[in-house]
Amino acid sequence: MHLEELLLGAFVYLAAAVIAAPIAIRLGLGSVLGYLIAGIVIGPSVLGFIKGGEGVLHFAEFGVIMMLFLVGLELQPSKLWELRRSILGLGGLQVAGTAAAIGGAAYLFGVEWKTALVIGLCLALSSTAIVLQSMQERGLMKTSVGQSTFSVLLFQDISIIPMLALLPLLATQTQGTSESTSLIANLPAWAQTLSVFGAVAGIIFAGRYLMRPLFRMVAAAKIREIFVAFALLIVVGITLLMQLVGLSAALGTFLAGVVLAESEYRHELEQDLDPFKGLLLAVFFIAVGAGIDFNLLMNEPMKIIGLVFGFILIKLLVHFLIAKLFRIATPDASRFSFMLAQGGEFAFVLISFVTGLGLLGVADAGLLVAMVAISMALAPLLIIFEERLIQPLFVHGGELRDPDVIDETGAKVIIAGYGRFGMVVGRVLLANGYNVVVLEHDTEQIEVLRKFGFKLFYGDASRPDLLEAAGAREAEILIVAVDDRDKANEIVGVARQQFPNLRIFARASDRVHAYDLLDAGVKDVYRELFDASVQMGEDALVALGKHPYEAHRAALLFKAHDKEMLLKAAALRGDNAALVDMSRKGRAEISNVLAADRAGTPVNAESAWLAQDRPDQ
Amino acid sequence: MAKQKKILVLFAHPRLSTSVVQKAMMRAIAGLEDVTFHDLYAAYPDFIIDVKREQQLLLDHDIIVFQHPFYWYSSPAIIKEWLDLVLQNGWAYGTGGSKLHRKFIMNAISTGGSRDAYHVDGRNRFQLGQLLAPFDQSAHLCGMGYLAPFAVYTGRHMDPVELSAQAESYRDLLIELRDGRLEPIKHLAKNYDLPKAFGAQAARAEYAS
Repeated sequence: MHLEELLLGAFVYLAAAVIAAPIAIRLGLGSVLGYLIAGIVIGPSVLGFIKGGEGVLHFAEFGVIMMLFLVGLELQPSKLWELRRSILGLGGLQVAGTAAAIGGAAYLFGVEWKTALVIGLCLALSSTAIVLQSMQERGLMKTSVGQSTFSVLLFQDISIIPMLALLPLLATQTQGTSESTSLIANLPAWAQTLSVFGAVAGIIFAGRYLMRPLFRMVAAAKIREIFVAFALLIVVGITLLMQLVGLSAALGTFLAGVVLAESEYRHELEQDLDPFKGLLLAVFFIAVGAGIDFNLLMNEPMKIIGLVFGFILIKLLVHFLIAKLFRIATPDASRFSFMLAQGGEFAFVLISFVTGLGLLGVADAGLLVAMVAISMALAPLLIIFEERLIQPLFVHGGELRDPDVIDETGAKVIIAGYGRFGMVVGRVLLANGYNVVVLEHDTEQIEVLRKFGFKLFYGDASRPDLLEAAGAREAEILIVAVDDRDKANEIVGVARQQFPNLRIFARASDRVHAYDLLDAGVKDVYRELFDASVQMGEDALVALGKHPYEAHRAALLFKAHDKEMLLKAAALRGDNAALVDMSRKGRAEISNVLAADRAGTPVNAESAWLAQDRPDQ
Repeated sequence: MAKQKKILVLFAHPRLSTSVVQKAMMRAIAGLEDVTFHDLYAAYPDFIIDVKREQQLLLDHDIIVFQHPFYWYSSPAIIKEWLDLVLQNGWAYGTGGSKLHRKFIMNAISTGGSRDAYHVDGRNRFQLGQLLAPFDQSAHLCGMGYLAPFAVYTGRHMDPVELSAQAESYRDLLIELRDGRLEPIKHLAKNYDLPKAFGAQAARAEYAS
């Protein structure tokens, strides 16, 4: 392919995405539908800017793979274990039930049983890409219905592997279908199995023991693009490995994601890969839209429309029954059914696979592809339909929704900088039963803390996306405890602008820095050495013979007085103060403070405790 | 109609998170107009009481309510500290100390013991009014009226309905005092002698009763 051709193709896809997505969002349709429509418009059926989109589809499937890696990153193994009941139960029943119902219907229409079974399996799958994107846009991921839906999608993705393994057994003519890139296809069966397990074990082992030092090395270089390159390298590498052993790359990267989910580099990885994933998925959806064969649709429109609605209807019914079987409340059951009612991208993979096996005729395969593509195009509309027209019925019907599952990992406090200062703050909070999320950019410090099981993330806390990933939208307090004053100011600026609801507690390196922070709108400012200095003064007073309680009161009074002066001075500070350089400002401030002290510092205001003032005399 | 009176509730509970009765009372009076609720332990966790601020609050209100659990036959420590520091010589009492004249003080307390326990034959041997004598006398010294205390007895063991009824009656009492439907001077503690500061008003009240 010539460079010019490549660029032209990229231009068409990007332009379609840039035009379609904002319009679709504005119309309330969600980005997925926008991309699909854009694909139809630029595809061979309408404008013909791009050809079938087959090759592009394969390329863009990498977006799905990346998405599963990111999904894996969100899922700690412990959480996966928590979901085991719904993954196996709900997911297993969904795949088996839907496949049986659709296959059964096909059989009744006179399709041969093997083909009927294949059709059932193909159509039982839903679109992970569309559903996850739609749920994320609606903020449903952490709700109970989101968890149920996700569990089913997960099971579907995993079930691809046994399907790909077992379907060849159905095929009568055992033709050499291994046109795949699998290197191990010629090995004996036991060796194949061994290498599959070896690959999976390798991913887990590497994720556990190899990634961390590698990450540390890459992060220590402090070159942003190298980190991005490394993140991409992981995904590409695993994809290649999985293809080598003939496993689903999506599953492999998902597994790697899960293994890395407990790593402190998780958020950094998420942010670096997220734009790639988004873009590739957009291309994927556009390619799916472009791939819809309108000639087929034009020739037999009624048949196709009937088939599409037929299988969607069957899916809706089966899903709803299963959801009720699992005692999911009716509104959630409805949402769950509609979410999963479309065909999925893995169906395309499966269809081409079984066509190769001779289990499906070429014409039937084309029909099936069109059905899946149309159902995917309809999916966002169906989800919107359910949301706007069916959900409101339940509100008036008076049936109470299950309370949403709130992610228990959501901490109320984010601590940026976990060194000498932040750590003490964190210890006080932890000692009182509050969870904290720690952001730290010193790799060595991270190593130490990790050994103690802290929930911490590597990264620069002045990046809005990192703050967001750490939960800045839901958190109540951000504690800025970094030792670099410029960095602290930067973090405060970003947080004030992007997360105005977050209350900020900031560490100031000195009085002048405290003024800066107060100017920036921070109300809770703490000079890092102040309290220890006052404490030392108090102890010195005691050592000089002052009564400990009087010394203590004197110290507390001094602190209150000093704070009052600080706030007053901050309010008075003119703009021209900013012109004076730092050190001169510091020196001027010291003389201001000392002069004010000379005017009188409260030492003992408790006149009532003087003997001559006793009321009872 | 009499002008609305302003009420200052000086609240003291060192461990509010485990409180039952005080919390119920607190909720009952929350948000009442012209009733200022002032949590002393929250305002001064290190006991450094801002005397100027407290004195200004006193000047701005007509009736001062000490709301607190009854600890060792008295108030929690911070109220004692408050009395020590805020009621200054020359301001609240003594020469020129007339700033609080003709205002009123009341205790609103919750006890562990039953009403019967606060009796000459009960296990606490004294009546509540007798145990509260320091407040009574402090009010007198400052030229203030001392109102009959409001008490919830053994509220911790009450059923929630009864407790909220008692909390409601506390709320009603404050509202009546605030609106002048209940003249504070007619709601003085038993045997309380109005100090001279009330002058002719005192004479009139005595005449009326």
